[in-house]
Amino acid sequence: MTEPQIRIQDLNAWYGSAHALKGITAEIPARQITAIFGPSGCGKTTLLRSLNRLLEEVDGTWVTGEVWLDGIDIYGRGVDVTEVRTRVGMLAPKPFPLPMSIYDNVAYGRRIHGMHGRLDKGNGRNLDKMVERYLRAAGLWDEVQDRLHAPASGLSTGQQQRLCLARALAVEPEVLLCDEPTSALDPISAQRIEDQLVALKEEMTIVVVTHSLQQARRLADHVIFLWLGELVEAGPGDRVFQAPSDERTRAYLAGDVG
Amino acid sequence: MKWRRAKLVERFFQVLMIGSAAVVLGSLVLILATVVYKGISALNLDMLTQVPKGGYYMGKEGGILNAIVGSLYLAGGATALSLVFALPIALYLQFYAERSRFAELARLSLDVLWGVPSIVYGAFGFIIMLWLGMRASLLGGIIALAFLELPIMVRGMDEAIAMVPPALKEASYALGATRLETAVKVAVRQTAPGLLTAVLLAFGRGIGDAASVLFTAGYTDRLPDSLLSPAASLPLAVFFQLGTPFPAVQERAYASALVLTAIVLGLSLISRGLARRLNKHVIR
Repeated sequence: MTEPQIRIQDLNAWYGSAHALKGITAEIPARQITAIFGPSGCGKTTLLRSLNRLLEEVDGTWVTGEVWLDGIDIYGRGVDVTEVRTRVGMLAPKPFPLPMSIYDNVAYGRRIHGMHGRLDKGNGRNLDKMVERYLRAAGLWDEVQDRLHAPASGLSTGQQQRLCLARALAVEPEVLLCDEPTSALDPISAQRIEDQLVALKEEMTIVVVTHSLQQARRLADHVIFLWLGELVEAGPGDRVFQAPSDERTRAYLAGDVG
Repeated sequence: MKWRRAKLVERFFQVLMIGSAAVVLGSLVLILATVVYKGISALNLDMLTQVPKGGYYMGKEGGILNAIVGSLYLAGGATALSLVFALPIALYLQFYAERSRFAELARLSLDVLWGVPSIVYGAFGFIIMLWLGMRASLLGGIIALAFLELPIMVRGMDEAIAMVPPALKEASYALGATRLETAVKVAVRQTAPGLLTAVLLAFGRGIGDAASVLFTAGYTDRLPDSLLSPAASLPLAVFFQLGTPFPAVQERAYASALVLTAIVLGLSLISRGLARRLNKHVIR
């Protein structure tokens, strides 16, 4: 296993009195796809959303423990949550484009972080190049290049999800979190998202929450199996899928439960 | 047998609902028809382009330009002034205070203020003006009307912004945006049609109100030439003209009411068109 990008240390999460994550300790390897899988309600999404501190946007949530990202505990004192979310991007299950044009959606993150830089002052050409680059990286450029200033709401769901991917990539995150990124998509659109994720792992660490075992098998280099808020098993995908060491993992993979 | 009874009940309530809708629509038509029928004969170009001349209130020449301009200034000024405060308040309530006790208290206060009769705002404004040594003026009227409009606008915007899907806010937060950036750049665009409706609702309430401008803006036959000069208004024009014993002047009251109605109606039609254009970015 390569150097871990994220180290999760005894992480607990509560929604009110419901204990959703129970003492999770895990490592997420750099520049690989890590799939978090398990039955419904096992805490997959909770774990994912704890990695960019989005969990705390929901009323009544409580998190303890540590999440180390490149030597910094993102739950530590004095950590700027917006910086965490700039370094850890996210793709939601249902695409939600921002209420603006396709171009502005991709440029949004760069603009708020002042990432257009000196080159960009006055003419915006640098930003134009960046928008093109990330739309290409998300595999959407060919379909939208002649209507960049049209409202993003006019795109199909599959296109919207790739736009959301471009938007996330445009702030140049080190880690990309994907929460069931294809669950709202038709099979062809889903395939395109999966292809883009596989291509992107050269450049960044990707964590995918998936409901589909097949998707986990297709994508994952590394897997984390959760069961009712507990981490049951984690390791290289090949090893876990072929020779699970825990009885619960074996039963879930065999389709006996869940 | 059972399904037939259910069908009958359904039919009964359908008729009831259609009936209620017809009553509402019918009242609107009736009001408009009355105003048009009684006012149209007195409405002419002079009414719209001239200020009252000597003897106007006894049925002689002149028009109500003073009241038209005064009302537009008063309601326009008050709406602009309210907007400056209302949007930040609504964004604060939704993005920072959320469902805290403070927010609930603020909403309760706004709802109480919404219910305060406008004559109370007028009297309140009048006392403040006396205290400051101000005379009845456009500025006084604008401030009193702004107090009247503010709760309407804030609550309207508050409700509109509350409709922003949580996932949309999260999409912005997940890109490292702050609350302020999300509020100003995402929520305002997403809810622009709703915000516009809130502004229009407040404007409509403001331009139609007589009681709050009675003491604060006063009434005059001249056009206001500064913020400190008194200003006439359409609701008071209707009130004064209807109060005269002369049928010709009473007809002019209906003509004034017609002008007032036309302004509000025209504005809502324009804003409908505008809302549709603003709608193109709204994410559902």
